[in-house]
Amino acid sequence: MLSKRLAAVDKTRCVACGVCENICPLGAIKVHRGCYAAVETGRCVGCGKCAKLCPGGCIEVKARPEA
Amino acid sequence: MKKKHWYDYLWIWSILYFALGFFNILFAWLGMIDFFLPLVFAVFGGNKFFCNHLCGRGQLFSKLGGELKCSRCKPTPRWMSSKWFRYGFLIFFLTMFGNMVFQTYLVGAGASSLREAIKLFWTFRVPWGWTYTAGTVADWVAQFSFGFYSLMLTSLLLGLIVMALYKPRTWCAFCPMGTMTQGICKLKNKE
Repeated sequence: MLSKRLAAVDKTRCVACGVCENICPLGAIKVHRGCYAAVETGRCVGCGKCAKLCPGGCIEVKARPEA
Repeated sequence: MKKKHWYDYLWIWSILYFALGFFNILFAWLGMIDFFLPLVFAVFGGNKFFCNHLCGRGQLFSKLGGELKCSRCKPTPRWMSSKWFRYGFLIFFLTMFGNMVFQTYLVGAGASSLREAIKLFWTFRVPWGWTYTAGTVADWVAQFSFGFYSLMLTSLLLGLIVMALYKPRTWCAFCPMGTMTQGICKLKNKE
């Protein structure tokens, strides 16, 4: 079963530093081609570790959209 | 638990670099690695592998701010990670770098003499003469060392200040290298 919440990245403000990628315990968020961080929605459990450390403040943990 | 890589220990390199500059300023040249590697990854690989995994300074901020809790962990002000500030700071930084290269040129051309001091925050001159014995190398080589080390130390101090005030790696939000490599990646990966 998928978690109720997941991380969402504001790609326009992401600085692609990779802090989220390094902290994510599940490897669910990765910097895509040096441009922005992308969340693998199937893996993310919405723990919020990435959002807590993101220096750009562009990650938010939101309710997972209904499938 | 994530698998540790050899490059997870590059924060040691960052400390070592600044320590070496207290003994012999010529080691400042090693900092050029941190200048060119990110660009090589961005230009040829189209990625930010350097920022994401190899940046010793970023790792150091993560250690100090995260594990050692030297950071308030408050949100970075929005303007600090805005485009105009990031690119503005990049332009300012490159201008200052250009100025430093020009000073090196002046010393090399004999129009100016070697100054054994470093300049912090582009303003405060700090005597640093004990790290260099005159005549060891060509004057311009030494001048560049002092200039480049000033730049590196200034940006480290700025990074430490914003680390303490905001998130551990707030520096990354407006790091000139980061802005430059992300810009290159965006251009390269434009579809």
